[in-house]
Amino acid sequence: MATTVAPRARRRIVGSPSSWLIWGAVTFFLVNLAGVIGAVLVSSFGTQWFGTWFPNGFTTSWYATAWREFGLLDVVGVTLQVSLLVVVISVLIGVPAAYVLARRTFPGKKIVYFAFLLPILMPPITYGIPLATVLYKFGFAGNASGVVLANLVPSVPFVILTMTPFIEQISPSIESAARMCGATTRALFLRVLGPLLVPGMLAAAILVLVRTVGMFELTFLTAGPDSQTLVVALYYSMSAAGIRAQQAVDAMAVIYTSTMLVLLVVALRFVNPTQLVARVKETPEP
Amino acid sequence: MSLTVERVPGEARQAQDPGLRHRLAERGIDRQLLLLVPAVLFVVLLFLYPFLYGLQLSFAPDEGGPLASYQAFFSDPYQSGTIWITLKLALPAALINVLASVPIAYRMRGSFRGKRLLTIVLVVPITLGTVLTAQGLLNYLGPAGWFNKILMTLGLIDDPVRLVNNYWGVFFSLVITGFPFAFLLILSYLSGIDPTLERAAATLGADWRQRFRHITLPLLAPGLATTFCLAFVLAFSVFPSAVLVGNPAGETRVLALAAYQAAYEQYDYSLASAIAMVMGAVELIVIGVVLLWRSRLYTGSTGGKG
Repeated sequence: MATTVAPRARRRIVGSPSSWLIWGAVTFFLVNLAGVIGAVLVSSFGTQWFGTWFPNGFTTSWYATAWREFGLLDVVGVTLQVSLLVVVISVLIGVPAAYVLARRTFPGKKIVYFAFLLPILMPPITYGIPLATVLYKFGFAGNASGVVLANLVPSVPFVILTMTPFIEQISPSIESAARMCGATTRALFLRVLGPLLVPGMLAAAILVLVRTVGMFELTFLTAGPDSQTLVVALYYSMSAAGIRAQQAVDAMAVIYTSTMLVLLVVALRFVNPTQLVARVKETPEP
Repeated sequence: MSLTVERVPGEARQAQDPGLRHRLAERGIDRQLLLLVPAVLFVVLLFLYPFLYGLQLSFAPDEGGPLASYQAFFSDPYQSGTIWITLKLALPAALINVLASVPIAYRMRGSFRGKRLLTIVLVVPITLGTVLTAQGLLNYLGPAGWFNKILMTLGLIDDPVRLVNNYWGVFFSLVITGFPFAFLLILSYLSGIDPTLERAAATLGADWRQRFRHITLPLLAPGLATTFCLAFVLAFSVFPSAVLVGNPAGETRVLALAAYQAAYEQYDYSLASAIAMVMGAVELIVIGVVLLWRSRLYTGSTGGKG
């Protein structure tokens, strides 16, 4: 380990102009990012802030205000309920389909695959507006079931596309061995493939969770007053600016971001983001 | 397609004809394909049916011929101009996100101290969502925000630069939310390329420029195309930030906003569906061009699998 670190460190001290440029760009991006987040964070704790570097004083009362005025308890409840339902249903539908797509060839496989790719490639608004119209027609929209159904549209294909490589990497000979020993399809799934797929399913589930909590367009188009998720409530409070104090909106935005951050950190515990596309060969340098 | 998949195994079972069942199984059709049925049904019911319904709706306006909604859209410059507005925002944003990710990911490919932390920090913007980004940009880049204050303190400018409530506000929000996605994808594509290939080239005397040009880039190009498509999709469907940090009545009135207003402010579902279809078509054209280019490149294992 020490032998590999030493030449690397020396190379960086010499520092080619390109590496300075790249790290400079990264730093610039991060500094501005910190400014964007910091501005909201500071504002949400500030009392009054007009044109100075920092607010006149600091308080935490905006969080209480935001929690009370926006009815955040209900909103967070709805968000959790919707996201968990979406996660469970999309994994239940997606994993078997991913299994078939990973293992089998059959006529028309390309068409099926394309049909699963399309909802991810299309902008949500494109199919969201017709979908919302259809859901209203059948009485689903305007309540939580409509929000769940709409959010499933990109989630199920997402599970399928992330699970397919996971399944492909499990050797088919394990399955053949289980079959030889007399396992039925159900036993094969529950006792052989299931345990092997748990990490992949967790990863897909958490990514779907993050996506659903952050999904704005589809929820916005299908949600009624009682079925808003956190993003949509935040959007309404922001576009109706002036009615409520700026800082309360900031506080709500901070609450939303911290929720997402916790989810993402949990997600990164289970998934290495760089392994989503291809399994990385993590061999140390010789 | 889905119909044959659903029906055939059942028939085969009923008929109890081992010959037919065997022949079908040889072509890859057997009972295991039933596992696919829920997902196919789901896509048909919740994606294809609404999509076709919208398509039909767009050709059935309340008044005028079947093409009246499209005519209304294309003959009104205020409406049809949204196509260019959207492309002008989405294409540069997607390009910058992808092109900026390449050198950064190239640097971060190996393992070094704090790589995980740096990755997490670079990924943080995903958690911000469009709304906090919008709020943050308004606070930070606004006339009394820190950014303008710093520039004025340094004496670089005399009056605050206007960076929000116009094109640039939306553009920055697209870069902030889009960059992490592009970066993560490119990083995973880059780490999927077998490092021994490059070491072999180095052994043969190639400098880093040649190695990048002749080894890494050709292997990365398909990944670049895919990443560009996904980054473009993200930027193309920009909606909340166009309202919040942009100028929704003028220079950032994007397609999504036009479709939304037609549906929920004018209650003209036919026009809204027509705009949505135009939006889908424009996007698919761009993606189609990129994928066409991609199909001419190397496809296959990049050596990192296994």
